[in-house]
Amino acid sequence: MSENMNKEGIGSSREIVLPGDLLDASGRMKAGSGTYVQEGRVYAAQVGIKSVKSNFVNVIPLGGRYIPTPGDSIIGKVVDIGPSNWLVDINSPYPAPLHVNEVPWRVDFGDTARFMNVGDTLLAKVLMVDETKRVQVTMKEQGLRKLQGGQVMEISYSKVPRVIGKGGSMIQMIKNMTNTRIFVGQNGRIWLDGDIENIVFAIRAIKMIEENAQTMHLTERVKEYLESVCKPAPAEGSESR
Amino acid sequence: MQASAGRGIRIKVMTMGGNSNMKLISDDGIRVDGRKVDELRPIRIEAGVLKRADGSAYVEFGKNKVLAAVYGPRECHPRHMQNPAKAIVQCKYNMIAFSVSDRKRPGPDRRSVEISKIISEALEYVVFTENFPRTSIDVYIEVLQANAGTRCAGLTAASVALADAGIPMKDLVPAVAVGKVNDQVVLDLQKEEDNFGQADLPIAMIPRTGEVLLMQMDGHMTRAEFDRALEMGVGACKRIYDLQKEALARRYAVEKNEEEPAEEAAPAEQEG
Repeated sequence: MSENMNKEGIGSSREIVLPGDLLDASGRMKAGSGTYVQEGRVYAAQVGIKSVKSNFVNVIPLGGRYIPTPGDSIIGKVVDIGPSNWLVDINSPYPAPLHVNEVPWRVDFGDTARFMNVGDTLLAKVLMVDETKRVQVTMKEQGLRKLQGGQVMEISYSKVPRVIGKGGSMIQMIKNMTNTRIFVGQNGRIWLDGDIENIVFAIRAIKMIEENAQTMHLTERVKEYLESVCKPAPAEGSESR
Repeated sequence: MQASAGRGIRIKVMTMGGNSNMKLISDDGIRVDGRKVDELRPIRIEAGVLKRADGSAYVEFGKNKVLAAVYGPRECHPRHMQNPAKAIVQCKYNMIAFSVSDRKRPGPDRRSVEISKIISEALEYVVFTENFPRTSIDVYIEVLQANAGTRCAGLTAASVALADAGIPMKDLVPAVAVGKVNDQVVLDLQKEEDNFGQADLPIAMIPRTGEVLLMQMDGHMTRAEFDRALEMGVGACKRIYDLQKEALARRYAVEKNEEEPAEEAAPAEQEG
């Protein structure tokens, strides 16, 4: 299969692999993420793109659920409150408790609902994940806060790097051209705020990126699209806030 | 047991075992639907047919039409079923009321509970369940039309749907039924052959390693016949496996000409 696809024009470094595809028979490569080893050979474990980096073969997944890793910036939704913690849905199979100690405010026992309630959106960071995938999130860091107003959209977490772009170029362009405030969480949730019309354009642009994540010259096409819709585009640098 | 599903009432227990004098294979080795003894029915596999599911697949094995949807890994409910060390695979095989000639009474019955269980176990073996402790991976198999061999078609569809859902797994699982009809070993039984044949042997395996994940037998076969049937099944599984891979490749073919998938991470949520 993979040989066929090579002939179809996919460079060997950017080839789509399926579970069970042989990635390396020579035995020189080490098994990276999305792979497994059987009898000394490395096979793909997931549908994804094969990538070779410093002697490691990895499969960059094309789908699947978000699995938290410590340090990820995420957008969560409060789904439950206890006397000393909030339960946050982070768009993964595991709900994440947020303890009052991990919050920038002083919260008395049983007073959690005064600060955040069920349904609230918040920007947080994954603090730790133990081996049974018990997650803890924190808001005790610069910039982490409760998100007031705005809208939240969801995309596949595997497309997040594409939405952000190289060094944040893509998201910066969308922010500038639509004059919106945007936060992208590693868990595939995106928070947008601004004029409702502009939010719609930004959402469309992001949807476009998600659908065409694997294609060439995406930045230019998104730019073209945004230029066509945001006619009274604000001049560069006039961005508010 | 029978891989069949093409009947409303269970007359098979009596017919299987050879008291059928129905001629199902002509003297020149052609079966009722015009196939040769070692020929598969036309197979069609499509991945990613449902938008709401995390992964999905549609499979046709001749007149069998099967839809599979995968959700998860997600939080396991009921709570007491969850395993702190790994994910569980929960499969639900269901035949729709209009899938057979007589109306099938809706809801789980003895047969569908059994099939759900064996398919779950087959899939649990290929999925890297230890990556997702305490979760459940839910697989729903809906038989829209049945014509014998639905558990094989269902398992074939389910494994494609799992891969489509981006779940890490060892390999895809093709499955096929082999049987004995008019004292001959035949591949991929269809309804009449299943109902009036002498034996039925559904097989699922990983072609690359030869590991068998599912095998049941209903009826009788001699050792020689069994060996011949297994050999036929292995060959057919390889062909089905190729079709499964083709279906997935087609699904992701859009993503062909691509560029750098940007830097990983770099959480750029600083406001402008």
